This record gives sequence, structure tokens and C-alpha cells, in this order.
Amino acid sequence: MTNSVTIDAEGMHYTPLNRQIREAVEDGVSEVVVKGVLGQRFIGNGLRGDATIHVYGVPGGDLAMFMSGPTVIVHGNAEHAPGNTMDSGKVVIHGSAGDAVAHSMRGGKVFVRGNIGYRGGIHMKQYETQRPILVVGGSAQTFLGEYMAGGLLVVLDLDGTMKARGIGSGIHGGEIIIRGDVDDASLAAGAKKVPLTDEDRARIAPVIREFAGDFGLDPEPLVSADYTRIVPASARPFAGKYTWE
Amino acid sequence: MCGIFGVMDKRRQMMDGSGIRQALSMMNERGSGEGAGYAAYGIYPDYQDCYALHVFFDNARDGKAVVDATLEQWGTVEHNEAIPTYDQPNLRATCTPWRYFFRPDPSLAPGSASPEKDIITSLVMQINAGSNGAQVISSGKNVGVFKAGGWPEDVADYYRIEDYEGYIWLAHNRYTTNNPGKWERPDPFNLHDWSVVENGKITSYGTNRRYIESFGYTCSMSTDSEIITYLIDLLVRRHGLDINLAIRALSPPFWEDIDLMPKAEQDLNRALRLAYGSATMNGPFTVVAANPDMMVGFTDRGKLRPMVVGECGDRLYISSEEAAIRAMEPGVESITTPAAGEPVIGRVAP
Repeated sequence: MTNSVTIDAEGMHYTPLNRQIREAVEDGVSEVVVKGVLGQRFIGNGLRGDATIHVYGVPGGDLAMFMSGPTVIVHGNAEHAPGNTMDSGKVVIHGSAGDAVAHSMRGGKVFVRGNIGYRGGIHMKQYETQRPILVVGGSAQTFLGEYMAGGLLVVLDLDGTMKARGIGSGIHGGEIIIRGDVDDASLAAGAKKVPLTDEDRARIAPVIREFAGDFGLDPEPLVSADYTRIVPASARPFAGKYTWE
Repeated sequence: MCGIFGVMDKRRQMMDGSGIRQALSMMNERGSGEGAGYAAYGIYPDYQDCYALHVFFDNARDGKAVVDATLEQWGTVEHNEAIPTYDQPNLRATCTPWRYFFRPDPSLAPGSASPEKDIITSLVMQINAGSNGAQVISSGKNVGVFKAGGWPEDVADYYRIEDYEGYIWLAHNRYTTNNPGKWERPDPFNLHDWSVVENGKITSYGTNRRYIESFGYTCSMSTDSEIITYLIDLLVRRHGLDINLAIRALSPPFWEDIDLMPKAEQDLNRALRLAYGSATMNGPFTVVAANPDMMVGFTDRGKLRPMVVGECGDRLYISSEEAAIRAMEPGVESITTPAAGEPVIGRVAP
């Protein structure tokens, strides 16, 4: 049974707002609807459990930072770094998001229907079963996957407006998969293109289907589309830059 | 990290300061409570032909005589008065804000293409560099800067900025990092036409400062925005560069991006980079600048600071965060995030 709580966040500072959300989840509420959000930071920070938080409006930066388990659905745009160092759970953003989306993310999923800003997926990482996933429906900007250390980053570029350069700058783990072709000049030193194998496609298909389902898109054309896969050229891209052996 | 905000009405419709106060306070987290400020164009219609000098006196009784004498030497003071202020519990006043409405005598700067502005420029630098307990914080026609060491709301209430009406407003919430939070230090920085707010840290500060000082500008604030204002004044007023080219000189494309441009564009960008190498600003920054006819915003080439642009009817907004724009304009029609180094230029209708 779903028990739901609605919070009117209009004009509220983020500290009492986040306290109310946390208390509701601790009380066993499974759905928290937060209305009138404007600029409140840190929503869902460090939150544990399996509740769903609906955010109506434009939340402030660092949404769902350190979050472990819940689902946050944003009905609007998000600012910088949603999913920052997120541990597990899911963030679904129906609008666009700012710079450094999924910053240092270490598990769970961040789905953005619109565009993201610069440095998307910067220093995403992975460890054993922890494998974060960032999927972007629109375009990403320059320094996508900067210093990426693990995880999966997919950009669908549904509007065909992607102009990102410096992709995978310093990447040393994980993979970046971009729909369509990516010009060699857009790759940063340390990143290389490899063909998307049938196994790769089978691996990303469930992720794309889940993304399409969340946003009401037809999944099959996306599953069967052409993709460019970008991976690290080496495990130590800056070995010769900062150290001498 | 700082919070910056700018709004311009293309048809010069006036906005009182209450909206920008609310917008800036949305970004309190981007400041440290040690400095905030506002600049507004169009606030002094009764004295629109005079240069409005906003001055901080450490002690109005001693410092004022020096400034009075200096101004009388270079022109006529039409009117002067203390800027009205209203005590705030969280704000400790360390100086007395004063304003002069001043007409420089252009015959005293023979041979100058813009004699009044040359006089104002040298007056401001002379007063600010001297140890006379006086700092000129703004000096343009029909424009004024209001700033202090405190949170955005306290600074706004200290000056009651809702009592002023302007068609361009800039605001800055300062995260003090590496110099003392004196009242004259927070942005906006202003020199006659131009006002500047910046979020960032210019790592090329030394190079840029030596460059601008070689053209006779004296830097006395140790802030980025002082350098940026003087650079824009040099490039636009004295060198006659179009604002597009000036911004491109300050935040030029990387060499490897220039290599990919068509030939004519390559030549132009190479020439700009070679001519203005020492004016190129490095480090993370977003800058919003305004003069009486325009408001512009641009970021560093690596886009290490945020910039969000909103448009609604005749209003152009440039902000560190989208929520601040929506706080002032809930029905904003368009929200965009321009690419690194790509200038946003809004012009007031002639």
C-alpha cells in the first residue's frame, strides 16, 4: 500500500525542507510529493530506504548527494551536480540539468530527459557490484566523462545538437556510449573509440528500455540505433604527465 | 564560488530593487555573508547629465575635504549628500557612503576623444590610490553601486534598494576567499560607463594587472572585477573594439579550436590573441558586465563556472543559477546555458 505525504516547499529554506522529507521517509512513508520547489539545495541528501520523492519545480544543486536507495523524480530542470557521489537508487529528471551531473557517482542511476551541462559524469567510479549509470536524452557538453574511473555513461542526443569536445579527458575506467558518430577531434587525449559489439548492445538495451519507459519514448529505435563506444586508451592516461619513471 | 545576477529591460522599463534583492538571496549559499552589492542604471534621472560619484569615507569629516577639493579642481559639484542608509542588526558600518553629482570640465583634458571620461578615470584612480580615507565605488552617469560587508538581504535593506528604480541591475553575493572583507571590495566594481560582477578567480591576475597598468590604470582594490572593468574600458572605449571582439580578446578560443575555423575567422582570432595575449583572462570565471546601453555575460573557455540565461518579453536575465531567475520572473519563457566563452549580449533599444 502506498502512503503518501505532500510538502509545500514554497519559500521554505532547504534545511527544514530536507528535515521534513527525511522524517517522512523514516516514518515509513513510501511517496513524498514536494511542491513549489525553487532552488532548495541538497534534496534527498544521504537519504536511505526505498521511498519515491516527487519534486515539482527547480531544485537547487547537489540533488540526491550521497543518496542510498530512494528514487527522486524531478518534474522540471535541475541545477548543478544532481547525483553527486550518489551510492544507489535513482534520479529521474524530466527537464535539463546543469554542470557536473553525476559528479563522482558511485552507484545507482541518473536519467536526464533533456540536456546536461559541462563535465557530465566527471569522475564516475565503480567497485565490484557498484556500477553507476548516467543516461542523457538530449545533448551533453564538453569534458563529458572527465577523469571517469568507472560506470556507464550513455548520451542519446535525441535532438542531434551535441557539440561536446574533450570527451573522456583523463578517462581511466568505465565507458561512454554516444548515439551516432563522434568525430575523432572531439575525443580528448586518453580516450579511444571502439566498435559497439553485439554483447555491448545487449548489455545497454535494458538500460535504454528503462530510460524510454520512464519518459514515454519508443525504445526499439533507440536500442537498434548506431552508437559510438568510448573507452580509456590506458589505465593511466597521465602516467607521463605527472610522474617520471 | 560567488553568486552573480544581472537583469536588463530592453525598452528601459524601470524595475525597483526588490526583485533583484529576492533573486540574489536565492543564492545565499554561494556567499559567505561578508560582502554583497548591487549596481543599477537609470536611478538618477534628476541628475542624468552629471557623473554620480558614490564614495566611501572612512570618516566623512576628514576624508570629504580632500575629495571636495579634488573635484572642484576638475569641474563642478552640482549636489552632494550622504547616501541614505538604514541600520541593520547584522551589518556593522565601517564607513560613510556619500554621493556627488559632478560635471567634469572637458576643457581640462584637451586632445582626448572622451575628455569627461578621461577626467573621471584619473580622478577615481587618484582618490582610490591615495591614503585619504576615501574610495570611489562608482562614477557613472545615472548609475550607482550599493555594496557592503554582509549578506545580500542586509546590504539591500541597509540602502533600501527597493527605493531605487533602474532598467539594468547587477548583483553580486561574495564568497570571500583571499583578501579582507572590506566594504569597497565586493562586486560590483564600476568605472563610469561599465559595471562588472564576477564569479570566479582570475589566475592570470598578475599578467592582466601589469598589462592594464601599462596603459595608465592604477589598481588599488586587489580584486578581479577591478581588472576586468579596466580591461573592458581600455578595449571598448580607448581601442574602439566592438564588445564582441573585446570579449573574444578577454576569453578567446583555444588555439586548437582556432585551427578548425575557416581561414578569415582564423586570421581574425590569431590577430586578436597575438595583440591581446596579456589581456587574456585565465582561470575559472563568469562575468556579467553592463554599461548604459547593454548587458553582457561570458564565461572562461573551460566553463568552470555556471551561467544561466533567461529571457521573458523585454527582459534579459543572466545568473549563476536558474532558480534565482525564476524567483524574479516565475513565468520566464526561455532558459538557456550558453557554451564556454560564448558571449551573451543584450542591447537596450536605442
